[in-house]
Amino acid sequence: MKSNRLETTTLSEELLAGRVRETWTSRTARWKSRLGNIVLSSYGVFGYLFLYLPILLVVIFSFNDSRSTAVWNGFSTRWYGEMAADEQVILALWNSLFVAIVSTVISTVLGTLAALAMERYRFRGQLAMDAVLYLPIIIPDIAMAIMLLIFFNLSGIGFEPWRLSLFGLKLAVPYSVIIGHVAFNISFVAVVVRARLANMDPSLEEAANDLYANQWKTFFRVTLPIMMPGILGGALLAFTLSLDDFVITFFTSGAGFNTLPVRVYGMIKKGVTPKINAVSTVMLGASLLLVLISLISRKGGEDKPIDLTL
Amino acid sequence: MQRALRRYPFLGAWLLLSPAATWLFVFFIAPLFIVVLYGFLERGTYGGVVWRFNLENFGRVFDPLYLNTFLRSVYIAVLTTLICLVVGYPLAYFIATRQPARRNALLLALMIPFWTNFLIRTYAWLTILRTNTGLINTMLTSLGIIERPLPLFGNDFAIVLGLVYGWLPDMVLPIYVALERLDKSLLEAASDLYAPGSQVFQRVVWPLSLPGVVAGSMLVFIPSLGAFVTPSILGGGKSLMIGNIISNQFLAAHDWPFGSALSTLMMGLMLAATLVYFRSTTRRGVQA
Repeated sequence: MKSNRLETTTLSEELLAGRVRETWTSRTARWKSRLGNIVLSSYGVFGYLFLYLPILLVVIFSFNDSRSTAVWNGFSTRWYGEMAADEQVILALWNSLFVAIVSTVISTVLGTLAALAMERYRFRGQLAMDAVLYLPIIIPDIAMAIMLLIFFNLSGIGFEPWRLSLFGLKLAVPYSVIIGHVAFNISFVAVVVRARLANMDPSLEEAANDLYANQWKTFFRVTLPIMMPGILGGALLAFTLSLDDFVITFFTSGAGFNTLPVRVYGMIKKGVTPKINAVSTVMLGASLLLVLISLISRKGGEDKPIDLTL
Repeated sequence: MQRALRRYPFLGAWLLLSPAATWLFVFFIAPLFIVVLYGFLERGTYGGVVWRFNLENFGRVFDPLYLNTFLRSVYIAVLTTLICLVVGYPLAYFIATRQPARRNALLLALMIPFWTNFLIRTYAWLTILRTNTGLINTMLTSLGIIERPLPLFGNDFAIVLGLVYGWLPDMVLPIYVALERLDKSLLEAASDLYAPGSQVFQRVVWPLSLPGVVAGSMLVFIPSLGAFVTPSILGGGKSLMIGNIISNQFLAAHDWPFGSALSTLMMGLMLAATLVYFRSTTRRGVQA
């Protein structure tokens, strides 16, 4: 990699070094390029403002001391208090976490196995399986949601709730919701793990084989550790997608079951209050935390040299 | 067992694959076929279906009421894609031309809104655009700039804005990847041959970034066409898209066959778009 660094200078380095434009020695050309860079930079700033300002406004008005989400009336945390006192919201939060954890575990196992099969073997029906694995990613969630709704109604399975007690709260989670979440998460896990496997150096496994490690030992000592960042990344993606999903949950849950996004949707439909902002801010915080975890785990995966001492 | 696996390697593949394959065939492929099948049935009196085959549901799509919504959804999706392209291309170019360290930070900053809940990002625009109590109208009226609130909400404008906001990163990322991969010696060659900047872009940068543009357009067009949350929150109950009509058939009208026919058509449209996408990428591959 390092030997051909000269050839892989980036567009930015070229532009910054002025090499691309070096041949235009005239002053106007250089001035033009500098002006172009200023225009481009300010455009970039506006682009990011566009992405962040709306989210920032939601967070700011969650601390507003009035019912308005448009006029600032002083700082207050009362909406967070109201949120914490709302049993429906708390129950929805636990429902969300439960669905996300269960569906992440199942889809990570199934998706990882599928990724191994797809990357390590050539077999009949592979192309069709490829399509089946990609389809849940491409298909819009509304189409998948009504597909599942019809299926669960027709087959009569799934709407039966999984009842359990957690910290004194009684949860009743329909199996249909978990089944649906796993159905779309398998594909995402498989894609992430496959990318990791595809980038893996095959000589590592060959080396293990040459050193008389058997198939299983090679897998557990070489392949699995290398796959691990991919598996973790896939699991985190699945967890995030499951926590965030609204449409599929909304259509497959039947009446009376709320995850946090379903609850928020219901609240929005009833009317805008800063309490929704407070719930949103908590959800934003959770997403940020997940991004942070994924960054840390990815960094760990790339920096660590692979330990080959068997 | 080990000997069998060595002799028939595909056995191992299917062993690994079977849990995921079973799950997807039962809970994804089978439901997909059922939806397509349901489109050809008759509605039952109390929801559900009557098993009598006909094409009536697909005919009803051409009822002006539904045809209008269908065409408007396509129009909104196309418009969203175009705006994302026009807004997103310079943004991708901006990121690609920064120094590597800053570039990574900018990419992360692009992904963070993308990892946050879509519903919340849509809600954010609701608080900004709402007619009487929205941020923009409140500010403008209190400053005395306008007397009557601007029609920012409950129309196609709000929906397109919400969709552009939601899917912009989907457009920027593939274009960025294409720009980043660009062979820089080509740029040098072009300017060595005295091509002005506009020509370098038109003849070199743009054609080479086209795969990213096409991929990004697909990633924006498909979810925009199937949008449900955005029109139902920012459309204010007036401006609807196919996704809302479909959901109404299941939640309110109890006309499952018609809802199924509509979603079959929607998926067909997306399939067509995907095929066009693959054809355009493979053709380029042959040329290169």
